[in-house]
Amino acid sequence: MSHSHPKAAKEFLRDEPRVDWHDKALWHARVKRDDATSGIPEWEDLRQAASNIKRNVLANLDTYLEQFESNAKANGINVHWAETGAEHNEIVFSILKEKNARRLVKSKSMLTEECGLNPYLEKNGIDVTDTDLGERIVQLANEPPSHIVMPAIHKKKEEIDDLFHEKLGTERRGGDPDYLTQEARKHLRTRFLRADAALTGVNFAVAETGGFVVCTNEGNADMGVNFTTLHIASMGIEKIIPRQSDLGVFLRILARSATGQPITVYSSHFKRPVQGGEMHIVIVDNGRSAQLGRADFRGSLHCIRCGACMNTCPVYRRSGGYSYDTSVPGPIGSILKPGMDLNRYSSLPFASSLCGSCSDVCPVKIDIDEQLYKWRQIVTKKIRPPVYKKMIMKSGGLSLADPGKFDMRIKWALKISGMLPSFIRRLFNTWERGRKWPEIPNETFKDWYRKNR
Amino acid sequence: LHFINVFKKYDYVVAPSGSCVFHIREHFDLLEQTEDVKHVRENTFELCEFLVKVLQMEDFNASFPHKVGLHSGCHGLRGLRLGKSSELIGEPYSIPRKLLEKVKGIGLIDLGRPDECCGFGGTFAITEEALSVKMGKDRLKDHQDNGAEVITSTDMSCLMHLEGVARKRELPIKFLHISEILNHS
Repeated sequence: MSHSHPKAAKEFLRDEPRVDWHDKALWHARVKRDDATSGIPEWEDLRQAASNIKRNVLANLDTYLEQFESNAKANGINVHWAETGAEHNEIVFSILKEKNARRLVKSKSMLTEECGLNPYLEKNGIDVTDTDLGERIVQLANEPPSHIVMPAIHKKKEEIDDLFHEKLGTERRGGDPDYLTQEARKHLRTRFLRADAALTGVNFAVAETGGFVVCTNEGNADMGVNFTTLHIASMGIEKIIPRQSDLGVFLRILARSATGQPITVYSSHFKRPVQGGEMHIVIVDNGRSAQLGRADFRGSLHCIRCGACMNTCPVYRRSGGYSYDTSVPGPIGSILKPGMDLNRYSSLPFASSLCGSCSDVCPVKIDIDEQLYKWRQIVTKKIRPPVYKKMIMKSGGLSLADPGKFDMRIKWALKISGMLPSFIRRLFNTWERGRKWPEIPNETFKDWYRKNR
Repeated sequence: LHFINVFKKYDYVVAPSGSCVFHIREHFDLLEQTEDVKHVRENTFELCEFLVKVLQMEDFNASFPHKVGLHSGCHGLRGLRLGKSSELIGEPYSIPRKLLEKVKGIGLIDLGRPDECCGFGGTFAITEEALSVKMGKDRLKDHQDNGAEVITSTDMSCLMHLEGVARKRELPIKFLHISEILNHS
């Protein structure tokens, strides 16, 4: 089934005050990002450096991955390879099963969302707790995240008040954020204490050391990992960076772009399992190497999942994360997902006015708007547009290529449109649902120019 | 190709629209790069850009004693780099603003969000109609909240969309292409 962004967006737009609230909440993140980056005179150089490093990584991905694997193994980490999301899930489950681990705590990992890990594990009898506050909120609400950095940004505090009251038995206090946070903390602590295993994502895997870095603001990755002896980390193949020193670039740009913080509160470096414990890394492809093979779209794999393109996107802010129907929504999701299922996601490259704000805000300089434009060409070629759209485009093309026809058609269009009452015109044209026609002049520009030049 | 055939004999092609110029300069890479195609791509300019960079003229002795909001069309701003977008960090500049500042009596307003998209976006205005209109409404509100009597832009398409949204809601705001202000006395 093909997903329709316009339909989903229209649905979200029904509640205009909520749209305004959502827009402001995310714009606030953009403003904080501007404040944090404008204090760095070398910001544009940092973006370029990050982009260059990523380009080098993608050009030598096989080498860096193998280097990482051998160094990680030497550190005592078990390394697994998964070609698909399903394979990733099976590997994670088999590790848990072997250790007889039934209760898993997870820190935020969009990769596991992409693979559908939670439902798979739950079906197999594993008790899964997301420990990032936003992720826990959407998990309790039985919803997917709507944003990759702020998973519950679509929820108001009053709604979280209701949710916690229902699921965790908290008092109703009208959405007092301090109270809710404290209660979440207490609740999550019980989950940390009884956990058998912890799963984290990977922000950066360092080829030269075989170690990896996980960035959180809540310290929940550390809580999970340090209360258990079994640590599983899931990473996409593109998360590799060559050197430890490259972190000096990436840790500086990640949090500034995401939330406007100079750095995430916790940047946790993992290198080897604790004594008597085990550490596993599952390295996942799931369509990434296919994207790597598409020269026009390779750059999308630079992404470090900061979410800045979502916060700045005038479409995302007004259509909500769910309107994209993807684990990674927004502009970046709209160039990643068509590569995985062109039919289903064919409306996403069009869910943009191509304003280019995403490309200018992107800390690793992905030319997102250009890639959206290029996906549009592919969608138009490969997926048949509706007959009427084809006819309009064709007839438009003929008129524009033939000055005689163009002049004649314009004159007729002016006459006819002036004669039709607006309610009849509205039946046929979408333009006039929310706007008026321009006032139609009595003469064409050509006529005016002949008289006035 | 029709376009190339019509315009190849001219030294310069000037358009009152950043978006059109962006398309010619950036997206005509799909055509075979003949001398004519290269010539047209390299010598097509947006009006303000042409005035400042080619003619090196900035002051037209115009006068326009009104409060004016400048809408930066996205393709002019981020495509042709007629100004610094708010996302980039560095010294601010804006070719259209520079020209407007020379106009006597003009009151250029500052916006809450200096360069957010108006939502026109070509076919986007139709395929994502609901979003497009909402974006237009929000842009208008920013201009109105900051006291604009007139909204101007380098792009007719943005203005046509914004004007359509404004007239539907009977907002007391006027729309002029930047050339109409630079030519006003």
